[in-house]
Amino acid sequence: MPKFPFLKNKESENKSKVFIPSRREFLKISTLASGGFLLGVNFQCSGPKGELVTFAPNVYLSIDSDNQVTIIAHRSEMGTGIRTSLPMIVADELGADWSKVKIVQAEGDEEKYGDQNTDGSYSVRMFYEPMRKAGATARHMLIAAAAEKWGINASECATENGQVISTSGKKINFGDLVEGLKDKQIPDATTITLKGFSSYKLIGKDIAIYDNKDIATGKAVFGADVDLPNMQIAVVRRSPVVGAKVISYNDAKAMAVPGVNRVVQIEGAGIPPGLDKPLEGVAVIADNTWAAMKGREALEIEWDLGENQTYSSAKQLDDMLKSTTGNGQVRRERGNFNAARQSAGKVIERTYLAPFYAHATLEPPAAIADFREDGSCEIWAPSQHPQWARQAVADALQMDLDQIKMNVTLLGGGFGRKSKPDFVVEAALLSKSAKSPVRVQWTREDDLHHDFFHAQSAQRIKATLDKNGNFSGWNHHTVFPAIGATASAAELHPSDGELGLGCIDFPFEVPNIRIETHESKAHTRIGWLRSVSNIHHAFAINCMLDEIAETKGMDPVDFILDILPENKDLDFAGEIKGDFSNYGEPLEKFPWNTKRLRGVIEKVVQESDWNKMVSDGKAVGFAVHKSFLTYVACIVEVTNGSNGQIIIPDVHYAVDCGIGVNTDRIRSQFEGGAQFATSLAMSSAITLENGQVQQNNFDGYQIIRMPQSPKKIHVHIIESMEKPTGVGEPPVPPYIPALCNAIYKLTGQRIYQLPIKV
Amino acid sequence: MAKYTIEVNGKSREVDVAPDTPLLWVLRDELNLVGTKYGCGVAQCGACTIHLDGEAVRSCVLPISSIANKKVITIEGLSENGDHPVQKAWDEVDVAQCGYCQAGQVMAAAALLKKNPNPSDEEIASSMTNICRCGTYVRIRQAVHMAAEKGGTLWKG
Repeated sequence: MPKFPFLKNKESENKSKVFIPSRREFLKISTLASGGFLLGVNFQCSGPKGELVTFAPNVYLSIDSDNQVTIIAHRSEMGTGIRTSLPMIVADELGADWSKVKIVQAEGDEEKYGDQNTDGSYSVRMFYEPMRKAGATARHMLIAAAAEKWGINASECATENGQVISTSGKKINFGDLVEGLKDKQIPDATTITLKGFSSYKLIGKDIAIYDNKDIATGKAVFGADVDLPNMQIAVVRRSPVVGAKVISYNDAKAMAVPGVNRVVQIEGAGIPPGLDKPLEGVAVIADNTWAAMKGREALEIEWDLGENQTYSSAKQLDDMLKSTTGNGQVRRERGNFNAARQSAGKVIERTYLAPFYAHATLEPPAAIADFREDGSCEIWAPSQHPQWARQAVADALQMDLDQIKMNVTLLGGGFGRKSKPDFVVEAALLSKSAKSPVRVQWTREDDLHHDFFHAQSAQRIKATLDKNGNFSGWNHHTVFPAIGATASAAELHPSDGELGLGCIDFPFEVPNIRIETHESKAHTRIGWLRSVSNIHHAFAINCMLDEIAETKGMDPVDFILDILPENKDLDFAGEIKGDFSNYGEPLEKFPWNTKRLRGVIEKVVQESDWNKMVSDGKAVGFAVHKSFLTYVACIVEVTNGSNGQIIIPDVHYAVDCGIGVNTDRIRSQFEGGAQFATSLAMSSAITLENGQVQQNNFDGYQIIRMPQSPKKIHVHIIESMEKPTGVGEPPVPPYIPALCNAIYKLTGQRIYQLPIKV
Repeated sequence: MAKYTIEVNGKSREVDVAPDTPLLWVLRDELNLVGTKYGCGVAQCGACTIHLDGEAVRSCVLPISSIANKKVITIEGLSENGDHPVQKAWDEVDVAQCGYCQAGQVMAAAALLKKNPNPSDEEIASSMTNICRCGTYVRIRQAVHMAAEKGGTLWKG
């Protein structure tokens, strides 16, 4: 697996091809109806060097003779609405009756569906064009069939609400045309015309998610909700310190708990722990969840805690911060920062600290595996990356991929945690051992203790103003344990990929820039969390810019507009020492454009109370940050609550994500992103002492609730015909520094460490 | 293990479980009523909220032995056709993102409105302490107001 699936090359859209599946392929899609007309879409995926690595059918669209239109959703639904938004694109081009479209979740299978890794905010970006082509191809074929039947020209026909209609008023249901379509050839791709944006009925509109009613009535099926005959439940005591090994265990008391059937040891990878392997542990398998939990309490385990048993995250953070005073590895250089510093009229030097964060998806990890006597295994799991899970199971159990069927349930939150397949592998191992279906149930304590954490970070920024007061130098030191270190202990510096997340692509006009990294080791599992290292980079950069503006006596927005080129496509050429990934996209296709960044800044100022600034105990803070190719500016308003706590009455976002596919889900991602980021800013932190996580549950790792939550979140979407880009992660990074800058204006206290203490 | 007869969603159900088994796991593991979710096990998050004699309670810390003849209503039994005003409002406002906490939120909102048919923003915030990790709080509040408005006579009964 690539270390950073979210940065994988995403250039596939122009290489897609629509096809009619063979009988064999048709039969493989057993979840679709057995008759009717079926279309597939091929996506060619390119490797990092542009070579063709797969050519796989991704998505299926079927139309039955009873007019049922079924569309496969091949991406995982974790709350972004993607299970609705992609099928919606197909349906709109097709001219289907959306209220009657059925959506079927794809199983995890690269051969059938291509890349299903749902993270990196790229599903819409990657699949907007192919989905349109799929729908349009089916529309062309239906129209051709109807025109032939009526003896008229295809140009006299269109589709609408599941029917082909003619200009003279003839109408025929899709279902009445499908029988004749089976023998037809797919029209040449060059003959397929897509609808104009203005004629869409779904794209660009507020569309409710497909699962709304099921969710409100408790019928939606999440990971732990799948029930199988004779299923047993497993709860695992995992190594309290990453790398710890079981010396011995005594299961007598656990086995004495009524309902407990078996105790099984799971071998962990040790150090490094790996991104796709279970931790060392001892599992208690029982008739029900409660017995398994009680059995686990009764386990007696002797651990060799290993090299991480003396690890203190506070001590490491301190050491990381100290390291930033020295010279680091230079990752970007423009001009000569040291010269700028020597001739500076003023040097501002600040440090920024942020903690480890846990994903704390409200649904803790859970997976169900049914390892059968014939050597096959069927899995049900809330997985963001079902193909990786399938591969990890195949590796762990030494099975062939085609012996494993990987079903994807709804995810009760993902945020990057459920990309990692460790919990799925546990279920498969335990089902094989127990010779029955097994559900592995993680408790909240398990989830917080054994997450793949967002890395803690230390940053030091030095900014210089020359003798005339002009912004002349920017020296950004960043240090945090790399995600790659979870798989390879040799990874001591943040990777190019992690620096590409809002640090190395500092877009502002300043003649001297030096960006440096320093070494740090991972002593716990590190992973990616909603917007990844953009979180701490945007925090430090935007808080520092606010302070530079203040030093210059300027309004922060005026200052930023002043140092941001009017309309320039940035390429950072000759300055960045490694690769600049641009989220896996070529810069020619997705330029880093300063005019679009200016656009969101101007929009958010215009729509908010920015120009009213401080009045009546209110204060506003501003930040801007591009991530995942989406441009976002944010203004947060704060007031003092009656007991001195910070109240957040209003948040304004301006977002430029190109074409807005489902505008309601864009707004909901920003609304939720603001709340998610409020937790990161104000209340959440993971700390480790003696190598062990100190927070056990939501009393220790706090998530904001309604009283602390922003009251109103206004999302201003820039109207754009640029290619669509994702919105799952981009709301998070600019929010935190906008809040910090607002708190400073309200209280006079600058924020240099998260979570904020006021 | 011990046998208990409890009334769930208007039906009498018999289960044979350890006396300290939380109601949550009885519902999920024994009765296959999986709309009620596990989120924390310590009454912090509210994903497991059900109604016990009309009160919103957190079923993850409620031992089966303490239920006796109290009436249990879960999300599956809140309304016959999924058309409780709170459920309708949740649908209309498009509250949900991942949806995992929402059954608990709906149950908390329904119990709140029964007691307080027209709650203020502050009253909603102080009584609905359920965690939504996706952060749907703004729409939850909006949907509670909508349900309050459209619930009509339901809240007076």
